[in-house]
Order: sequence, then structure tokens, then C-alpha cells
Amino acid sequence: MERTFSGRVWVLGDDIDTDIIMPTEYLALKSIENMKPYAFSPLRTDLAGQIQPGDILVAGKNFGCGSSREQAPEVIKALGVSAIIAKSYARIFFRNSINNGLLLIENADLPDLVQEGDTVEVEVGKEVVYQGKSYPTAPLPQNLLDILEAGGLVKAMQKLNGIKQKGEADGRDTD
Amino acid sequence: MGMTIAEKIIANAAGKGVVGAGEIHTVALDYLMSNDGTTHLTIDMYQKLRHPRIADTKKLVWIVDHNVPCDSPKTAASQKKMRDFAKDHGIDFYEGDGICHQIMAEKYVSPGMMIFGADSHTCTYGALGAFGTGVGCTDYLYGMVTGTSWVMVPETLQFRLHGKLGHGATARDLILTIIGQIGANGANYKAMEFTGDGLATLSMSDRLSICNLCVEAGAKTALMETDAVTLEYLKEHGSREVKAAYTSDPDAVFAKVYEIDLDQIVPVVARPHFVDSVVPTTESKGTRINEAFLGSCNNGRIEDLRLGAEIVKGRKVAPHVRFLVVPASRDVYLEALKEGLLQTFLDAGAIVMNPNCSVCWGSCQGVIGEGEVLISTGTRNFKGRAGDKNSFVYLGSAATVAASAIKGAIAGPEDL
Repeated sequence: MERTFSGRVWVLGDDIDTDIIMPTEYLALKSIENMKPYAFSPLRTDLAGQIQPGDILVAGKNFGCGSSREQAPEVIKALGVSAIIAKSYARIFFRNSINNGLLLIENADLPDLVQEGDTVEVEVGKEVVYQGKSYPTAPLPQNLLDILEAGGLVKAMQKLNGIKQKGEADGRDTD
Repeated sequence: MGMTIAEKIIANAAGKGVVGAGEIHTVALDYLMSNDGTTHLTIDMYQKLRHPRIADTKKLVWIVDHNVPCDSPKTAASQKKMRDFAKDHGIDFYEGDGICHQIMAEKYVSPGMMIFGADSHTCTYGALGAFGTGVGCTDYLYGMVTGTSWVMVPETLQFRLHGKLGHGATARDLILTIIGQIGANGANYKAMEFTGDGLATLSMSDRLSICNLCVEAGAKTALMETDAVTLEYLKEHGSREVKAAYTSDPDAVFAKVYEIDLDQIVPVVARPHFVDSVVPTTESKGTRINEAFLGSCNNGRIEDLRLGAEIVKGRKVAPHVRFLVVPASRDVYLEALKEGLLQTFLDAGAIVMNPNCSVCWGSCQGVIGEGEVLISTGTRNFKGRAGDKNSFVYLGSAATVAASAIKGAIAGPEDL
């Protein structure tokens, strides 16, 4: 995971739910690659086709509310989105995103200020810079950062040789 | 300092004496429930692990309930993968027996348990005093392999219920009203705990309905105390033992306390496309509907079917309306059959279906077309949730749905 990067932003509203991010009718498609064109389609039909690798999504409160479908963060990751900046996230989506190596940033002010197409600079766990002004962001707990750094929970598990044996302690709460 | 129910369950599952909100702990899981929404993805990841193993197969419960019976070769392949894996590994497996949360309530959940479910409505189990929380398939995999997971101890919002429901209002109207009040992220990352003298007036069916919908306010879990109603339910459903019956300590710290007078609650609907867009049903009356749905893990129990049947008895479903009735489990189905409720629905012109998630999940049965309107006892009314992206879902109680099916427009029993 890059610690500093910049990207062009797409701006979405409040309460972007998982049925908007990945509608139910496309969940049976064979792979995430096949689902990509339909991401966000109930809200913005063309958006998935316009998002370029490295772009950043900006949204209001409660991003990712709704179901536990992991295809939601997966498809955003597959579109090449480098990070989401929102006022807040629904908790299941938050866990699922970290577990899939998708960086989530919380900031209360920035989503109301940026315009679609603008560029922001991110320093992970520290700040987002927009038009020369710094918007501080809270650092993630170390156990979540470890998962992100590994590229997701499955990869983090592989790093721990796949499985923690019963009763075996690895000295940290990455579980 | 005292602890909340949520803190006590986590402390117990983490083997700690005391825990506090905001701390991250590793907990042992009592059950891990997964359904056909994502289990095939969990299996794919499991098979890619270098040394795949399951910590304890007795902790796993797998339930096919989202697409039942199967609706396409693709979902058939996913379900076959799940079925074969469950058989090979001796995992408790159900299909066609009902919706996952209803089966878990009927057969597995016990007060004090810590349960992960690969489904957002796992918070339902709080009705039985268990800490149930929804996770994705990757978190599920980790729990399956290690028997543990990490949780952040949530703050608790406490709802003190007083008095008794009246005015034709149901438990569903109560929880929709609360969600309307606190908003779709009003309980984000938090536990919602229900207590007070009013709790004793609510049946287990009411309690399951209330806890089930708490995720629509963003809650991590919902919790209720274990009382006579809980113990009676456990006795009637396999005489299950209580793992630990917790109540919050008098000096426990709550993020916020709400006092709710049950007799102030009136029938409400959540309008498209947000669960927190809640108004009194009177404000939406007359809205023409195309379909009505009585079912789901929220409102497909025998009490809901009784309520619906009482309203449609001797009446006919409006000619332009499809009225889907979907019992939440095989046990509910059999009881409804025994009581003659299914006959009542069929006589009225309803379509009675097998236990499953049905149109609440929006990919299998009864999806609605462009411009169509559904009144539903389902869990969500997001844009496109029940079919076409340009369709409309209203959420209401079993009484509102049944009355609307007869009227052909959103209505209450008093309008018939």
C-alpha cells in the first residue's frame, strides 16, 4: 500500500448503500471482473466506466450501509479506486473493506468542499490535502493497518502461515 | 465501573474480567452462521489457504435461504459447492427449511453467546440475549479457521420501553419509528439495548422483529435482557440451555438513553428509498401498489401470518395486486397450515410460497418491474432492492401489508 498518493475524485452523497454499489441482480455473475460495469448503476449508470485506476471516491455519511455482501468493497477495489474519503462508514462495510485491502479515510469536512474532478493528496493515517489546505485524518489501529499492508485479511492470514493453531498466541490481536 | 450487556458478553468471550467501549479484543465465537449469499466465496478462499482447517465444525451452521428453490444454473453451482462442502466436513446444513435467522432463533441461539453471521441481519439474535453481528465472507473465513475474531467493544444506546403498544401498532412500527428518529446511521458501530417495563409486554416474535431491524440504524448488534419470555421460548424450542443471562449493571455507561412510551407508537411506513424515511401510515395512504409481501426474517413468523390472515379473511386481494405470503421457516409454514391460515390466504387470492428470503432479497421470487410499487414487511427499501432500479418499496407492518393487498393501495385494517 502506498503511504502517500494523489487522485482525482468522484463525489457521491449520503447513505450510499450496498445495493447501489453492487445490485443484487448482478451478484450471480461469474467474477468481480464481470460485475465491474454495474457498480453504482442504480445511481449513476455511467460511473463504473468513467472511474480510472487511482481515482478516489468521496462521499457523505454512512457509506456502505446495508448488506454484508463483500462484493461491494471488492468491486470498488477492482475498479482501481485507491481510497474512499467519507464522513462515516457503515460498520460491516468498514470491516469488509479493510479485509479486502481497500483504504477508507474518515473526514467530516472535506466531502462538502471538494468538487468532482478535483485532485486531492493523501498521506495515510495523517491528512488529506486539498487546494493547499490540510484536513487531518485519524490513524487506523495497528491491527487494521497490518491487514491493509498485507493486502487484505486472507493475505495477512497467509503471512501468518495460513492458520493460527488453537491456543497459539502470535503476540498481537490481528484476529 | 459497571458493564453493559454487550460488554459482559465480549468480556466473557474474550476471557477478560472487565472490558470497556472502544477496546479491541479477540473473542471466541459460539456459532458462525453463513448462507448462500456468500458461502461459495468463503469456500473459494478457504481452498486457497496453504493449510486449510476448520477450528470446530460444530460451530458452523450453513443455510441455503436466499435463492430457494434455485433460480439459475449459476446459483445452482454456488449452492452445490456449499452443499458438497458441508457434507464433506460434517457441517450443520439446511436448505428449504427457512430463513437463516429464523432457523438460528428456533434451533441454536442461547443468551450470552457470541455469534458471527455472514449476513447483516445477524443482530436478530439479541432478542435471545446473544451478541449477534454481521460480517463479510473474509471475516467469516477467519472465524471458521481460528474459531475467533477481533471485535471493538461498542458503546451502547439504551432504549427504555414503557407501557404497552396500542392504536393498531406492532413491534415493527416501533422499531421503524426508532430508526426514523435516530437515522440510518444513528447507531453506527454501537449496540442498541432494549429494556424497561414495556419489554415484558413484547412477545419473542416482537423482539426478533425489533432486533432484526437494528442494523438499518447501523447497529453492530442489538441486545435484550433474558426474562420469562426468553426462557419460555427456549423451553418451547428444544429446551436449550442458557449460556449466560446478562443485564446491564445500574452503573453501566451508556452513550445515550432514550425513554420510549409504547402507547405513543402509531402504524408507520418507511418510504422509498431509505429505511429512516419514516412517516405515519396515514400520510402515505392511497398510494397505489402493484405487489404486497408478507414474509422475511423480520416479519414472517406465525404471529405475523395470524395478523395478516385475520385481516384478509373473507376478503379478496385487489385484482391488480400480487400478494406474496412467505412463512419464515418450515415450522412456521406447518403451524400456519395447521391453523388454516394458508387456506385463508389462498382463498383471498394470495400466492403462498415456500420459506425463503423471497423478494426482500430482490433476485429470486416476485421481483418488481419498472415504476412498480411494493408494500413489504421485508428489511430494506433501498433503490432497486426489490427489482428494477426504477421501482419503489414501502416498508410496513404485517397489518399494513395485508390491508394494502386488499385495498390495492397503502391502507390500514381500519380502511377495509
